[in-house]
Amino acid sequence: MTQIVKMKGMNKYFGKLHVLKDIDLTVEKGEVVVIIGASGSGKSTLIRCVNGLEEFESGTLEVDGHPLAPKSGNPKSLAEIRKEVGMVFQQFNLFPHLTVKKNIMLAPQKVKSTSQTVANATAERLLNRVGIGNQADKYPSQLSGGQQQRVAIARALAMEPRLMLFDEPTSALDPEMIGEVLDVMRELAKEGMTMMVVTHEMGFAREVADRVIYIHEGAIVEQGKPDDVFDNPQNERTQAFLSRVLAH
Amino acid sequence: MEFQFQFDWQAAIDSIPFLIKGIPYTLLISFGGLLIGFALGIVFGLLSINKKWFLRWPATAYIEIFRGTPILVQVLFIFYGLPDLIGGPIDPLTAGIAAIALNSGAYISEVVRGGVQSIDKGQTEAGLSLGLSRTQTFWSVVWPQAFRRMIPPLGNQAIVSIKDTSLFSVIGVGELVRQGQIYIANTFTAFEVYFVVAILYLAITLSLSLILRFVERRGLASV
Repeated sequence: MTQIVKMKGMNKYFGKLHVLKDIDLTVEKGEVVVIIGASGSGKSTLIRCVNGLEEFESGTLEVDGHPLAPKSGNPKSLAEIRKEVGMVFQQFNLFPHLTVKKNIMLAPQKVKSTSQTVANATAERLLNRVGIGNQADKYPSQLSGGQQQRVAIARALAMEPRLMLFDEPTSALDPEMIGEVLDVMRELAKEGMTMMVVTHEMGFAREVADRVIYIHEGAIVEQGKPDDVFDNPQNERTQAFLSRVLAH
Repeated sequence: MEFQFQFDWQAAIDSIPFLIKGIPYTLLISFGGLLIGFALGIVFGLLSINKKWFLRWPATAYIEIFRGTPILVQVLFIFYGLPDLIGGPIDPLTAGIAAIALNSGAYISEVVRGGVQSIDKGQTEAGLSLGLSRTQTFWSVVWPQAFRRMIPPLGNQAIVSIKDTSLFSVIGVGELVRQGQIYIANTFTAFEVYFVVAILYLAITLSLSLILRFVERRGLASV
């Protein structure tokens, strides 16, 4: 099996705050890893390290064969990693000055010098795939939150990523729109995309994840198959967390 | 004896052809200066938010110096002071354009800084995560959005600079106020002439306001 992400002994600090503690984590090609934990536990920071949006202070990280050194060493590797890793944000972060279609075309054209015709065709295909082919010429502000997040997924997919990072993709959505975004993610997983997902959607985690990782105060406390972690958590911290989030 | 003042409409109308000759100079100095000022504003505005202190400090110094001293002193310094340094005279038109450029450049730097800093960090992160370089992310994601927000304050600065050119009558540029002064020296119709001068400034600034409002509405419609 190919390992897409290899983290070893990774540590990160925000000033004096030790946010990631000796993280060892590997993600196999095609694997869907869901990371759960209380807010402030470091789960978002963890996936933001994978594409270098956060620097780490010590340890090693390798993404699809490209090594990243602490303190954002290897800028060349970082550039390669960002081309191969897509990311979906909690706040969508679509470009408000560009139409939906141009949002998707921007990176392929600028980064891969894809022709306008090809980029355009790709954008249309992806928009159909996420179910909003008829919104291509609208601006992001004219779409609902769920539609915006689906555009954001299409935008990331346009770069043909080898790995997709999802940072709480449904946390900013109205409840009735969560389902449509999770559906798209479920499809992606089925098609074999390697995914690292930070989420509070425990139902999604149980159904789609190959592995669930529980993070507490910056350390991986427990990990395993979703059924094992949810039904039979070994660590008392995991038990406490799950009883809180699964109670309602 | 009874004092009676009457606004002499004829005198006002008669002065217009002579006064209007100042308008090209007023416009040339304002817009020539503002154009250079905009370039300076982009450069120094962006330098002033650079992480490297040796780029940030000179930019901040420039901004503080030209924002913190009167433009009248600046133009006098350029016109009367600088020739001592460079060993030759500077013509009044060049001095005027340079003063508007340097002065508005300092204010526009702040407009640029504010515009760029007002764009959410998530926009940069989205650009970077898609594989765009820092430069690509800035120019294709951050700048277009920042520029739209900069239009109203830029328009404001343009109006201020147009009015500032009136001070350059002191170095003898044949702009609006200077033309008025020359005219009054012959006719002694100060009230009427300065009235017309004021109306002409208002005509320029109001036209600009209207154009800007139009641009703003079109520019913001798409966001």
